[in-house]
Amino acid sequence: MKFLCVDCDRQMLFEERQLPGDGTLAAAFRCPQCGRAVGLLTNPMETQLVASLGVKIGGTTIDPQPLETVRGMVTTGRDEAFAEGTGDGGRGTSVTWSVEAQERLARVPNFVRGMVKKIYADYARDRGLAEITPAVMDTARSELGLEGM
Amino acid sequence: MPLNIRTYHELTEPDRSGLPGQIAAQRRRVAARLAGVGRVVALMSGKGGVGKSFATAGLARALARGGWAAGVLDADFNGPTIPALLRIPVTGCTLHENGVEPPVSPEGVRCFSMALLLQDGRPLGFRGPEAESHVWRETLEAAALREFLADVAWGALDRLLVDLPPGIQRFQELAELLPAPPAVLTVTIPTTESRDAVRRAMQFARERGAELLGVVENMVDGPFTGDAGEALAREFGVPLLARIPWHPTQDVWDEVARRMEGVA
Ligand SMILES: Nc1ncnc2c1ncn2[C@@H]1O[C@H](COP(=O)(O)OP(=O)(O)OP(=O)(O)O)[C@@H](O)[C@H]1O
Ligand SMILES: [Mg+2]
Ligand SMILES: [Zn+2]
Repeated sequence: MKFLCVDCDRQMLFEERQLPGDGTLAAAFRCPQCGRAVGLLTNPMETQLVASLGVKIGGTTIDPQPLETVRGMVTTGRDEAFAEGTGDGGRGTSVTWSVEAQERLARVPNFVRGMVKKIYADYARDRGLAEITPAVMDTARSELGLEGM
Repeated sequence: MPLNIRTYHELTEPDRSGLPGQIAAQRRRVAARLAGVGRVVALMSGKGGVGKSFATAGLARALARGGWAAGVLDADFNGPTIPALLRIPVTGCTLHENGVEPPVSPEGVRCFSMALLLQDGRPLGFRGPEAESHVWRETLEAAALREFLADVAWGALDRLLVDLPPGIQRFQELAELLPAPPAVLTVTIPTTESRDAVRRAMQFARERGAELLGVVENMVDGPFTGDAGEALAREFGVPLLARIPWHPTQDVWDEVARRMEGVA
């Protein structure tokens, strides 16, 4: 999937992704010449199909977690499927979670919680953030393309 | 005047989105993980219920007894039976930075299966819009196969057996994911119906460049009659590796393993 600014005959470049949380996706592409931006909006089925391929429109900056698609998409997984999935997760120094962020994390099914926790913790550390808040989680979701986490 | 729109392939500027690049990276992860695997062997039949999973487990255990490092990837995500057949208890899988540790059978067979991940008795369910699930469900199962290949810490293995569900779809997905097509071992029962279904599967595998290692005929001592094993082996010019009776002993599997490995 590519976008061409026909007037300028230039390939438009991915700029930003948004996940409104209703199963749809929005991605913005901009023409490097005239600056015009277009939005790509995918419906839930299209969004799902892309996610099923394990790819992210707009790419991502992090390596996939082990079994990322399975853990992120399976709804009938066992709580105890992963022995270390609920551990502290993530490398190095720990970041703190605000109470609201902890509440939100607690609503994530146990099957995938360990992975979600690790991804957010790594994200915060990489950006030098000391505390994870719901706002940080929202930004991370869009930036990393984590629909449904 | 129509607009002058260049074609997809004419647009070659690098773009951060790079979906083809992401797919290529997935393939590289599979190839890297399997670099230590001597050979991937898919057990296939084109017919349900003929004993593919039973044979996969019996053969894997025999390989391990014979000193080969063996693993089994249970690629039947909707009816996974391999952990039970290998007598691997379902407990938590250990996660490391570089992958998931596969549980190991008493004989030393490494295994990964959807049965290790699913709640007891629950079918494999995916998050997503139900209405169009036929569009994306098979794609997700192919993604699961890719992750089972790439994200399980298989380590060095002589043989990675892949227990396929009936049909040819999962074989096709496997062949596309691997750097080279898997070798194929086909399982049939003696009947002509099984012969005809398995023939199609073998033809399909051969057309995709897979090496056919041979045929295993199962349930040979009744109630089924026919000579499907012999007929298919002759037709495809491959060995009839074994004729497996009901409730075979260990020796039967040990013999199959040796014949498959050419050390009989
Ligand atoms: N030779 C045999 N002796 C005793 N039991 C057998 C034998 N072969 C198969 N079975 C049993 O028959 C049943 C069907 O076999 P199995 O599940 O291995 O078939 P399958 O080809 O893998 O089926 P599916 O197409 O559903 O994957 C199982 O309960 C299995 O344990
Ligand atoms: Mg089976
Ligand atoms: Zn332009």
